[in-house]
Order: sequence, then structure tokens, then C-alpha cells
Amino acid sequence: MARIIVVTSGKGGVGKTTTSAAIAMGLAKKGHKTAVIDFDVGLRNLDLIMGCERRVVYDFVNVINGEASLNQALIRDKHCDLLYILPASQTRDKDSLTQEGVGKILEELSKDFKYIVCDSPAGIEKGAHLAMYFADDAFVVTNPEVSSVRDSDRMLGLLSSKSRRAEQNEEPIKEYLLLSRYAPDRVKLGEMLSVDDVQEILSLHLLGVIPESKSVLNASNSGTPVILDEKSDAGQAYADIVARYLGEDKPHRFIDEKKGLFGKLFGSK
Amino acid sequence: MSLLDYFRTSKGGSASLAKERLQILVAHERSSRNQPSYLPQLQRELLEVIKKYINVDQEAISFNFEQDDNQETLELNIILPDYQAKNS
Repeated sequence: MARIIVVTSGKGGVGKTTTSAAIAMGLAKKGHKTAVIDFDVGLRNLDLIMGCERRVVYDFVNVINGEASLNQALIRDKHCDLLYILPASQTRDKDSLTQEGVGKILEELSKDFKYIVCDSPAGIEKGAHLAMYFADDAFVVTNPEVSSVRDSDRMLGLLSSKSRRAEQNEEPIKEYLLLSRYAPDRVKLGEMLSVDDVQEILSLHLLGVIPESKSVLNASNSGTPVILDEKSDAGQAYADIVARYLGEDKPHRFIDEKKGLFGKLFGSK
Repeated sequence: MSLLDYFRTSKGGSASLAKERLQILVAHERSSRNQPSYLPQLQRELLEVIKKYINVDQEAISFNFEQDDNQETLELNIILPDYQAKNS
């Protein structure tokens, strides 16, 4: 049986697709056969972030409608043999996704894959609902910013009431906080909510902090998930997150400010 | 705390304001999340009935829905206009 992870946030532009691409790659690199599915029908972008946009032939909706088999639609990643991408349809609308259709595809994937990562669209409409409906674990991507935190809390409410696990009275979805675009220097100046603030408001288990980083734009420019940029801070942050999710004990990083020479000379620790 | 920190923390930051606003908002939204979906309509209809007999406005009626493990309580509180005000 596969473990189904939804990457969600409510708010757009916080880093859901970047995160989906990075953790799917991370899980596959750790030796687990992983599929990553784009649920953003009509506005697909996961293919671009994964660098496979020119290899898309069939998509998620084709498979739901029986126009292509799952094997025809899955794209094998060029960096890692254990990673497959199922792109969203660019031409249909969000109503092409049905609960029954999505359920069937996830069930079929579950036979063969260890992890299934569902990249949710922004908002709380059908695509977002179906992305989280079948999930076992939820990665809630949040920016340290008021509207993002509020929307994350709204998503937490939906995860605990409108998911399959909630409806069938099963053990609830495991929820994890991924705090992205974090700027420790601004936190120190009191200009940005700190990781403790966000955790206190949302009371969520922190899986990791991803610092605001130039490497994220570099990675999406070139179509390689940022986790493959092993020298970058964001890449390392995602590698830590994957390791922690898999049960490794990794101390949190990127929460405190990087000290320059000046800070090292005059700072207290 | 180093000398550097002293100068830095003295600058005004807006993060504490953000935290305060979010805590209030999130608490409010969470409490209304667990309420039954018929509650707003029940409130509207009750207000109409009460208005037929007593001249009160929306603010005079408050609903409080509480839930614990084995019971749900719906508390309705109506503040009646005081006698003097009615006769003046």
C-alpha cells in the first residue's frame, strides 16, 4: 500500500509545486518508488518545475476518462528512475476530475508505488478538495505572513472534516507544517512572524523550515527540483524534511540568521 | 544578548501585531468551524420571531454554541431593551 501525501496551503504562490517536486524527488532518491500528481487542472505547472513539459502526451484527465492507460500517461523522471510524474490537463476544466475517477487512479497507483504526492491547486474548490480527500499525510506549506497562516488554518479545518478519513471515522490525516520563504534576519528585526509564532497559532508539528532562497528560482528556471541543488540552503532544507518525514532525527536548521564576519565578531553566540 | 542585538531589537517590528491579529482571528474562525451549518439561519429566523414582539436589533441577540465529549449546548442570550428607554 502506498502512503498518499497531499501538499496543500489554501493560498497560492507559497511554494506548493516547488515543495511537491522537491519532496517527491527526495523520496525517490531515498529509494522509494514515488509518483507525483498535478491536481491543478487547467493551470498545470508541475511539469515545468520537474522539467518534463515537452514529454507530456497524456494527462490525468485522459486517464480518468479512459482515453489513455496510467502507464501511457506517467512520465518517468530524467534524474531518477523511481520517480514518475502524472501531469494535469491544460485544456479541460476542473470539473473533469471526479471523486470516483481520482479514487480509482490512486488505488491503481497504490499497488505499485510507495509514495504518492498530490500537488494541490490553490483555493478550496474541487481540485484542492480532491487532492486532499484521499490523503494519509498533509504537508501544509505556509509562509510567515498573515494571509497564508489564516488560509493554512482554514485548510486544517477542511482536512479534519472533508476528507475520506474524516468521513469514514478513520484515524485522522497526519498534518505537518512546512514553513517556507523564511527570512531569519527579518524575524530577528521583528518584521516577520517567527517559526514559534506560526507554530503557536496553528499548533502543528513542524517538519521543516525552508529559507527564502535564490536557488528556488534558479531551480524552476532550469526545470530541476531544488532538492537536487545539494549545495543550496533550500535544497538542504528539503533534504532534511524528507529525512525527518522518513523518521530520521535531524535537528532543525535555517531558523537562525547566518552570521557574517561582523556578526561573528560582535555577536554573543 | 550582544551589543548588536540591542540596536536591532530597538527597531519597531510589525510581526507582534501580525501574531496578535492572527491569534484572535484564528480562534474566532475555529470556534465557528465546529458549529452546525444551520446556526446562522436559526439565528436569523429567531430574530424575526422575537422582533414581532419586542423591538430589539441584531446585536441584542447572541448565540453561543459549545461542544464537549458528551453534550452540545446552544445558548441563546437576548438583551431586552430597558423599561425606561421604552417609555421615554
